[in-house]
Amino acid sequence: MNPPPSEHSHTPEKAPPMTRRNMFLFGAGAALNAIGVAMLAIPLVGFVFSSFFRKTISSDWITLGKIDDFPLEQTRLTIYRNPFTRPWDGETADIPCYVRHLPGDKFQIFAVNCTHLGCPVRWFEESELFMCPCHGGVYYSDGSRASGPPPRGLFKYRAKVENGLVQIKGGYLPTLSNPTEEDRT
Amino acid sequence: MKTLRSIALWLDDRLFISKLFASTAGHYVPASAGSWFYVFGSATLLCFIIQIITGTCLAFVYVPSTNEAYTSLQYLNHSQFLGLYLRALHNWGSNFMVFIMTLHMIQVFLFGAYKYPRELTWISGIFLMILTLAMAFSGQVLRFDEDAYWGLGIGASITGRIPLIGSRMVQLLLGGPIIAGETLSRFFTLHVFIVPGAIIAFVSLHLRLVLTKGINEYPQPGREVHRATYDAEYAEIIKKDGVPFVPHAIGKDLIFAGLVIIAILTCAGIFGPSGPSGPPTPARVDTVPRPDFYFLSIFAALALLPDWMEEFVLFVAPGILLLFLLALPFISGTGEKSYRRRPVAVLAVIFIMLVLGVLTYLGQRAPWSPKMDAWSSDAVPVKYLQHLKPVELRGAAVLQNKQCRNCHMLGGTGGERGPALDGVASRLSYDQLVRQVIQGGGNMPAYAKQLNPAEVDALVSFLITLKDEGVPSVRPSNEPEKPGAQVAAR
Repeated sequence: MNPPPSEHSHTPEKAPPMTRRNMFLFGAGAALNAIGVAMLAIPLVGFVFSSFFRKTISSDWITLGKIDDFPLEQTRLTIYRNPFTRPWDGETADIPCYVRHLPGDKFQIFAVNCTHLGCPVRWFEESELFMCPCHGGVYYSDGSRASGPPPRGLFKYRAKVENGLVQIKGGYLPTLSNPTEEDRT
Repeated sequence: MKTLRSIALWLDDRLFISKLFASTAGHYVPASAGSWFYVFGSATLLCFIIQIITGTCLAFVYVPSTNEAYTSLQYLNHSQFLGLYLRALHNWGSNFMVFIMTLHMIQVFLFGAYKYPRELTWISGIFLMILTLAMAFSGQVLRFDEDAYWGLGIGASITGRIPLIGSRMVQLLLGGPIIAGETLSRFFTLHVFIVPGAIIAFVSLHLRLVLTKGINEYPQPGREVHRATYDAEYAEIIKKDGVPFVPHAIGKDLIFAGLVIIAILTCAGIFGPSGPSGPPTPARVDTVPRPDFYFLSIFAALALLPDWMEEFVLFVAPGILLLFLLALPFISGTGEKSYRRRPVAVLAVIFIMLVLGVLTYLGQRAPWSPKMDAWSSDAVPVKYLQHLKPVELRGAAVLQNKQCRNCHMLGGTGGERGPALDGVASRLSYDQLVRQVIQGGGNMPAYAKQLNPAEVDALVSFLITLKDEGVPSVRPSNEPEKPGAQVAAR
């Protein structure tokens, strides 16, 4: 029969003092690993946090459709394809927006996101109001705040008409700290 | 038999299993800790293990791509053998995990288990709570339906309110400028690798501390904790009343764990999984996004708070709360442990649970949300339409057609954002109604541009017929009171 097992049967009474050689190998090994970890960390952090550091803004105009697609003095829901789309994005690359056709071929293009917390507002053409289903924010047809908790009117995309085509700058989720270009100017 | 015994002894000689057992599962605990109140921690861990197993099974089929996730969920529900049940188990496992974790937290708080020398046990528990809620939110995103899509939008909108780095944080959260493929991959990685890994690390620390500093003895009123004497007192308790956790004290944990497994299996069988609801198509804006159960209280708070308090409640208040929870074992690290001598602690638990309960109930009902289809689905009650003049009937049509019902109830149906309109003529005069309709105010938009004068006249003519029974119409203060006059003030 074996003697009762002991975890520390291989431990000497007292560890011998570190030799200079031990210390050098330990120090050099630790330093080498520190350098290695730092060099490894650079690409890792860069990879994972790239979306924090690199801001992706589309410089291209996105075409929503022909002027005639949007009846005068009316507001229509339409979609555009996200300019940064990946092949596996599926339907999430079809971004909705509201297009309001004003006299003189002027256009107001609103993001569907409520400025309170980002829920999709719904357009009611009978009462000419946008209503949010989450906390009850309401906006007038020109996007200005009517009532409820939203701190401001709907986000407006920068829009232009060229060669009979309605075009916008889009491709990002507008938030209070990152409103649309149109709102900043 | 003899061979089996020698194999066991050989393994023990090589692996030191009996030694490991004596210092872990067989460690000595106070006999008083073998209580029904002490079963919640192990049950939370059990739920986590169930979540790992069921989650791993689901990952055999689930596809974390925005193009395929919804289809793979449908496949799990309808085509994969037992896929529906596995999704239900994972869903109910998470419900039970959050619920039992809350019970565990309340119990250790009321029993003073966070006090000296178990500060780190409590702090690691706080991190485990945060990580568990992170699992709940990221899991809700992986169920990639319309609620998940707009839930991400809400998360991004909240993140976007962070001062200075808000827009960059949104980019980091979404993995790009907008919700897309990378967003889901990101949340998949969080839900499947990063957060569970962190939970395993913190559970190890949590359990390690239970071994090094011992489980809290059942507190006795009047027995105060003093830093100088407690360790010796605890050693004395273990010496006098100590029993090995396995097998002496684990019985109640085992029974409760068994009941939890049966309860999860039963709930999953009866109630099934959650969702997926409609497809995550951004262009489908006729949706009513709602968060999962655990976050309904936040949803409610954001509807009910005054606007100027929102930033404070979103960012400052959670920070203060977290700091307070982390500092708690240092603020009140000594003294009475028993809840019988800590009325403030008991009241605090009751107060917090009441607040969370009421907010969750309100979040479920959401009376502040307009009922988006009420205008076309909830008819004006017939009794309000009888014996009306044509202009008044036209007003009833205007009321329906201009979406008034989305916010205003009539005869018990419709939205609850604004006041019910039954009996409105007993509260407001004709002129006041016109002013309210045209100018709005008090959470109502102004309808001056939306209605032409004829429509306003018709609408108010109808509203003025809505009197409470036996209550006269409002008399404008500029008209002299006529005895017996109960006609509408026109």
